[in-house]
Amino acid sequence: MATLWNNYRYLILRRFTQISLMVLYFGANAWGWTVLMGNLSSSLVLGIVPLSDPYAALQMFAAGAILSIDLLIGVGIITIFYLLVGGRAFCSWVCPINMITDFSSYLRRVLDIDRSQRRQPSSRNIRYWVLVLSLIISFFMGVTAFEFISPISMVHRGIVFGLGFGWAAMLIIFLFDLFVLKDGWCGHVCPLGGFYSLVGKFSLIRVQHNADNCTACMECKTVCPEKQVLFMIDKESLPVLSGECTNCARCIEVCNDDALGFHIRKLGKNNKTGENNENNE
Amino acid sequence: MKNKPMSDRRKFILNMARGAGIAALGGFIWSAYVDEVTASQLLLRPPGAIKEDDFLKTCIKCGLCVEACPFDTLLLAKPGDNKPLGTPYFIPRDIPCYMCPDIPCVPVCPTGALDELSVTTNGVLDINVADMGVAVIDDESCIAFWGIQCDACYRACPLLGEAITIDYAKNERTGKHAFMKPIVHADVCTGCGLCEKACVTEKAAIYVLPREVALGKAGDYYIKGWDKNDEKRLENASEIKTQTNISKRSAIDSLNDGLEDLY
Repeated sequence: MATLWNNYRYLILRRFTQISLMVLYFGANAWGWTVLMGNLSSSLVLGIVPLSDPYAALQMFAAGAILSIDLLIGVGIITIFYLLVGGRAFCSWVCPINMITDFSSYLRRVLDIDRSQRRQPSSRNIRYWVLVLSLIISFFMGVTAFEFISPISMVHRGIVFGLGFGWAAMLIIFLFDLFVLKDGWCGHVCPLGGFYSLVGKFSLIRVQHNADNCTACMECKTVCPEKQVLFMIDKESLPVLSGECTNCARCIEVCNDDALGFHIRKLGKNNKTGENNENNE
Repeated sequence: MKNKPMSDRRKFILNMARGAGIAALGGFIWSAYVDEVTASQLLLRPPGAIKEDDFLKTCIKCGLCVEACPFDTLLLAKPGDNKPLGTPYFIPRDIPCYMCPDIPCVPVCPTGALDELSVTTNGVLDINVADMGVAVIDDESCIAFWGIQCDACYRACPLLGEAITIDYAKNERTGKHAFMKPIVHADVCTGCGLCEKACVTEKAAIYVLPREVALGKAGDYYIKGWDKNDEKRLENASEIKTQTNISKRSAIDSLNDGLEDLY
């Protein structure tokens, strides 16, 4: 039991936050709870504190909408929060799609699909292209372009307000990640993940690698949904500074040699740990 | 050329061109889809909703208005509803807007897509000035226009006697009965849809449509000269100068013009 907890503690905590947020949202609509109302696009905590998706607000801005004070406060709170805890902490700790793509990823390992599809034919920078494209389309069409096709919104909105054909979006992402591209949606395409990657460049909570303890078993790279951020494994004791790291902490759990752990990023002069090592293709 | 290794610059340019090509294709499909799904006009928005074009860019699709509605009137468009995804709307025949005096759905809107000021008179929230749509009557299927006595819509109207009035007319067919025809006054009607809900016919003979869809527009060239307020619209009227070119040919030629191909 203790090892189970030790090997899956962050995973259990992540599933707990993901599911309980959805339960709170669902309860707000179904039973009138006021703890957390709305959905992941914009919500109201205890009927007072607004929270808003900064990427949605960015699209609104590009589309030419007038941004209200409430919206800007909500965007500010969320942006500051993810600036502190790591941008893509949203992806692994909040976003419900993460449960689907993690399941795909798990099945790929179990069914040994990874081995036959070792070459990944596409770039992880697609998400930044999609991000830019969404803003361009928002600008020219005068609508929030990604919000009208976002499977993320379809799912979290669907859970709270009724799914409709949203299950099709879930299934497509599941199959795409399972058979077409490993970590396809979250790691390659999703512009929201791309947006939070940019926010996360500056965040304080980081995974730190201790190369002295590393036995090069590469378990961490097997489970990591954004492998490229772990380029330093067994080479150098560096913090994972790439914004693309989702702080999901799977690498920490699977490491039996205490070579990975959460650290607060040292601000200011950082002589050896390489603040400049952010370019890591 | 083939045997030479490709220069980095060439590689970079080709990669960028490939990216731009994929982006253009994706962007084309994406914008075509967005254009299609946002084209739906037959959609009733919550009270206080700003103009549809602005609404589509301002609504963040959070559903707080839906949660605030005590009658479960408001819905968020789901995939498959063929409506702009995630935006709030209502179907009056199922559940109309009951016009709560405190309008709980409007102040909760975080983005101002539902504008409090548009449903406020003298600093107080006033649902009676809401403009969700306007009721229209199909007088072919309205049984009151047949001469059968029915005033369900008139009775259901929250602005009874103002938004819908009854017009009495003699029924010439029987010679002794009266028609009691409901008449909607578009300037008062809020589009709440209580009439549509109340309508007794199989498919409602009175139904709410968005104002832009249901109403015509006379334009600035037709003015009620007897109405001082209406005359003010003249101030908006712009002048259009037209010029007709007068034919310089003789009248006979002009009259015979266009007959050539008959012979």
